[in-house]
Amino acid sequence: MKTLSNTLAVILIMLVVWQALHALAGNGALTSPWDTVRELASLLGSSDFWPHVLETLQALVLALLIGVIGGLALGMTLGMYRMAREVAEPILLNLYSLPKVTLYPLVLLAFGLGLPAKVAFGVMHGLIPITVFTMNAIAQMRPVFLRVAATQRLTPARAMWHIVLPAILPEVVSGLRLGFSLTLLGVLIGEMFASQRGLGHLIINAMNLGDIKTIMAVALLLILFALACNGLLMRLGRRLAHY
Amino acid sequence: MSSVASLIKPVAQSAAQPDAPAARQAHAVLSNVTRYFDRTGSHERFHALGPIDLTLHQGEFFSVVGPSGCGKSTLLDIFAGLAEPTSGSVSFEGREVKGVPDGVGVVFQEDASFPWMNVRDNIGFGLRMAGTDGAEVKRRVDYALGFMGLKDFASAYPAQLSGGMRQRVCIARTLVQQPRLILLDEPFGALDQQTRLLMGDELLRLWRETSATVLLITHALDEAAMLSDRVGVMSSRPGLFIDIVETGWERERDSRIVSTPRFGEVNARLWEKLRVESLKVMGLADGR
Amino acid sequence: MAADTASVRVSPRRPRLSRADGVRLTVVVVFIALVELLCRTGVIALSVMIAPSAMAAHCVQILRAGTFDHDIAVSLGNIVAAAILSVLLGFAVGVLLHSAPRARAAIEPLLSAYYAVPTFVFYPVFIVILGVGAAPIIAIAVLLAVVSMVTATLNGLDRIPRSLHKTALVLRLSPLQSALRIKLPAALPYLFTGMKLSVAYAFIGVIASEFILSGEGLGYAIGYAYNNFQNRDMYALMFLVLVLVTAINMVLNTIDRRLQARRRR
Repeated sequence: MKTLSNTLAVILIMLVVWQALHALAGNGALTSPWDTVRELASLLGSSDFWPHVLETLQALVLALLIGVIGGLALGMTLGMYRMAREVAEPILLNLYSLPKVTLYPLVLLAFGLGLPAKVAFGVMHGLIPITVFTMNAIAQMRPVFLRVAATQRLTPARAMWHIVLPAILPEVVSGLRLGFSLTLLGVLIGEMFASQRGLGHLIINAMNLGDIKTIMAVALLLILFALACNGLLMRLGRRLAHY
Repeated sequence: MSSVASLIKPVAQSAAQPDAPAARQAHAVLSNVTRYFDRTGSHERFHALGPIDLTLHQGEFFSVVGPSGCGKSTLLDIFAGLAEPTSGSVSFEGREVKGVPDGVGVVFQEDASFPWMNVRDNIGFGLRMAGTDGAEVKRRVDYALGFMGLKDFASAYPAQLSGGMRQRVCIARTLVQQPRLILLDEPFGALDQQTRLLMGDELLRLWRETSATVLLITHALDEAAMLSDRVGVMSSRPGLFIDIVETGWERERDSRIVSTPRFGEVNARLWEKLRVESLKVMGLADGR
Repeated sequence: MAADTASVRVSPRRPRLSRADGVRLTVVVVFIALVELLCRTGVIALSVMIAPSAMAAHCVQILRAGTFDHDIAVSLGNIVAAAILSVLLGFAVGVLLHSAPRARAAIEPLLSAYYAVPTFVFYPVFIVILGVGAAPIIAIAVLLAVVSMVTATLNGLDRIPRSLHKTALVLRLSPLQSALRIKLPAALPYLFTGMKLSVAYAFIGVIASEFILSGEGLGYAIGYAYNNFQNRDMYALMFLVLVLVTAINMVLNTIDRRLQARRRR
């Protein structure tokens, strides 16, 4: 497959650049690709690493559930009513461009430390992209589909489920891909401040200790995970759409 | 031939059997209808249509021609219950139209086939939404596939089909629901001329089989002249009927009537009225 | 017979502010008033959040006193630098990728996974390469902001209709003329969307990095205030950030609307 070989070529180039930077900057700044992989392997082999992974996964799944369902529902509702969309879009985009760090103290004060705060961080990061993408997907949907829904005398709920949702799916999946990545980022950042467990906590811990090896090994794990999930979502989107 | 009639002919039959082409029984009526739009961003109202008085007779084939922007599509929307008149009344089968009535089918100009479903599922969509029993859906869809010449493409997706075939899918989707009034808004507008002529013949075939009343909006005069029992000519905006031409064709007609002298006369008469209106729309009105 | 007064005047034409703007303003004001009420009546505890009016008042206070002027200046400087760099870099990369379809096809799927990477983990790397100070912060912010500019550039260049390419050829324009006179104006609305996003991400990147990693700047000041239980200072600064972001967005949106109006269907 041509695209696969192209992507592999890009990855190869990135590895080469990585190795070069390592040679340039030394072990204190950047571990080599090989050492990073070895460190990751040893982490995956150690028994006290996995509870952290599960902790992060748990928060991620919860945050995704809320963010995806909330984002889709909100996006679809806003998208269907032109006035609502025109009113809401600038507000949403403004909130989106707000540095969410500035709200972290508020979230921590409101939710305390632990899982709820982490899930809140995740939702904060992922909800708006999903909402905005869904909203725009509906706004850009071909109007003739809505006319078909009207001539078939469908109730709004049935029109949404049978016509609107399938019609907007490709665009929604793009939003989901971005939303997934950002939710993961949000959960990680949340773990840096609000938790004693989880991959985010491991990272900040390692940063405080200057433990570059661990930072990079965990970062590598996260990158691979994010890429895998992204790829899956892309395939799923293409499958469901037949476009 | 009888199997065709039993599957596609509407269930409700009026007492006056549709042997006489225009049974002269009112099927859908617009009475003193006008339509104004609010312009977005300003507070002027936009006079799109009317006042219009139009009666569609049971089983007739009526076309509307007119210059662009004259409100033809708005007229169709009002018949379909997709839009409300600003004043006047709309009725279908004797009852006032509020929302889309049962028994009305609409075919749009743009391709309205659902890209995420195959042809078979597309055609059966309306029936499934209405809760029709699965076996009945399959029976009717199979029939429509054969009738519209789509049998070999039942599992294909619209993206794999040509524009003409996609429109056939949309027409099939409307027809399996046995509508008594079929509204077509420039259905062949996006197709090339040869396809249009062939689709015109198909439309006539379907019209005869279903005995439905047909309202066709088109900008092509020859299409209107060939297909219709009556042709209404609309003025430029705000749309009003400035002429209604009776073509007098036999019910059993097809595209070969284009070679008759009568076709030329009908065409000429339509163009005589339409030409003036079209010039106005182009801003080239000559003094009257 | 055709009507010469085809439209009916109902009321005189109104200028700029659309209905949507009015509704939005009302919604925002009502929301703020609600929060204010909840804070004042104690439903939202004082230890969690102070009332919006108190935030605003204290913000004005600290601005007048100049307590955080240095931090504000540092942050704004970093943001401007990061925004400019990411726009230029993102545009350049976007143009390059657009002319190399194979490279583009290989890289594009990776782009949306990009945001999952907590890019500030590379802070130590940047310190080694760029030294301590503003540069690593700016570098991290650029890393965050550049991707949206790349995507927008690719999108914008994609959307230039083939007919415009062909017109340029028929008119025998040189590549530079074609780029400046036809392609750039055609792609500009999409490029501007990318610029808006880049500015937003630059802002987020700088503040977030300062919060986590730095010893100065608005982000750091907020973190410091939080850690030292100085709630009033913290909220005043958060309020300031909100106001800055909103102001910048409003300016950018106005420009964007002018650009979009050109191509309204």
